[in-house]
Amino acid sequence: MIEFADVHVRLGQRDVLRGITVALPERRVGVVGANGSGKSTLARLVNGLALPTAGSVTVLGLDTRRHAARIRRGVGFLFTDPDAQIVMPTVAEDVAFSLRRRGLSREEVERRVREVLDRYGLGGHADHPAHHLSGGQKQLLALCSVMVLEPDILVMDEPTTLLDLRHSRQVAGLLRELPQQVLAVTHDLPLLADFDRVLVLDEGRIVADGAPAEAIGHYRKLMS
Amino acid sequence: MNGLNGVYVPGTSPLHRLPAGVKLAGLAVACTVLVLVSSLVVLAGAAVVVAALYALSRVGTAAAWAQVRPVRWLALALFAMQWVFAGLPGAAATTSRVVLVVALAGLVTITTRTSAMMATLERCLRPARFVGLDPFRLSLLLSLTVRSVPVMAALATRVREAQRARGVERSLRAFAVPLVVSALRHADALGEALSARGVDD
Repeated sequence: MIEFADVHVRLGQRDVLRGITVALPERRVGVVGANGSGKSTLARLVNGLALPTAGSVTVLGLDTRRHAARIRRGVGFLFTDPDAQIVMPTVAEDVAFSLRRRGLSREEVERRVREVLDRYGLGGHADHPAHHLSGGQKQLLALCSVMVLEPDILVMDEPTTLLDLRHSRQVAGLLRELPQQVLAVTHDLPLLADFDRVLVLDEGRIVADGAPAEAIGHYRKLMS
Repeated sequence: MNGLNGVYVPGTSPLHRLPAGVKLAGLAVACTVLVLVSSLVVLAGAAVVVAALYALSRVGTAAAWAQVRPVRWLALALFAMQWVFAGLPGAAATTSRVVLVVALAGLVTITTRTSAMMATLERCLRPARFVGLDPFRLSLLLSLTVRSVPVMAALATRVREAQRARGVERSLRAFAVPLVVSALRHADALGEALSARGVDD
């Protein structure tokens, strides 16, 4: 469960979010809006990467201002550009990096890494340099590095923006199968077609909130 | 192909199986010996040993050449300068030392996983805790440095393509400014991603 209570975010002279109050218990939640509407900031609030200037954000029953570290353990975050989130030179090492300091044996780390890479179709690339992967494979690697931690919530900031149609569809298919709660910020409207709920943001406010067809319809009108 | 960027080449050779700490210590000893030795005969023997080690690692000639290729012009320039100032034997000795040290360092890099190097470095740096340094952060710095090489190369390629498209490929400013801006943006995004992965926790 993710809850925003009268959340304001001000960056410099700009009000990025203005009084967001919403509770999100649904399993698949999408967020759409124009560039600069506050979508990415909203996503970053969920795992404490950004903190509210006023109001509060509660995730998994914890306030992000006081429990950011604990929340990050339960909330995975997938960024737009996978190159910016791959830390280690090879595929398997990058996934294993997520498990450091978890007190797991080397065998257990290797087992979990192998299992997640196989699940997302990267099993044959375990020892390959990460920078040799295609854009789509890099995004899958970033997803593996998040999912190996088995988070309760997955937040994604435009995860398909840099992907071709095939990889976009692959990510959409994987999302459908995830047991976790997913909050996806995106411009990829087909991705949201079977989501439970879609929020439309405009100038830092929620201007539409409902089922995908209804909310996306509102968004299209807003953009025309 | 994997070795062309100076990163780990998967394998099961005896060198791959050797613990990272042993390889790093061996490298340190070998470099010290190479610096102290000036006999061309000994240096030629060292070259044979290095070649044998590459053969033992079974990484292939392309990956082996990729380790010394970046210093080929530097080696040539050094050889020419040393020939003028120190004579032919001195030039051959100095240049051989540089090439052999680079080749050995490359051999350690391509036969050792970065995570193994990080773990070794973390263990060695444990005493640094007493002066307030975090060994994990220091070893992460090493890993990020290795990882940054292909990222920066990709950024530079992108900037060069954009320059070409705009017809300003000869302008140093048109190359340097967007490259620095892109690198800083990448650093920002990487910092945020590391926070999201709990590095600060």
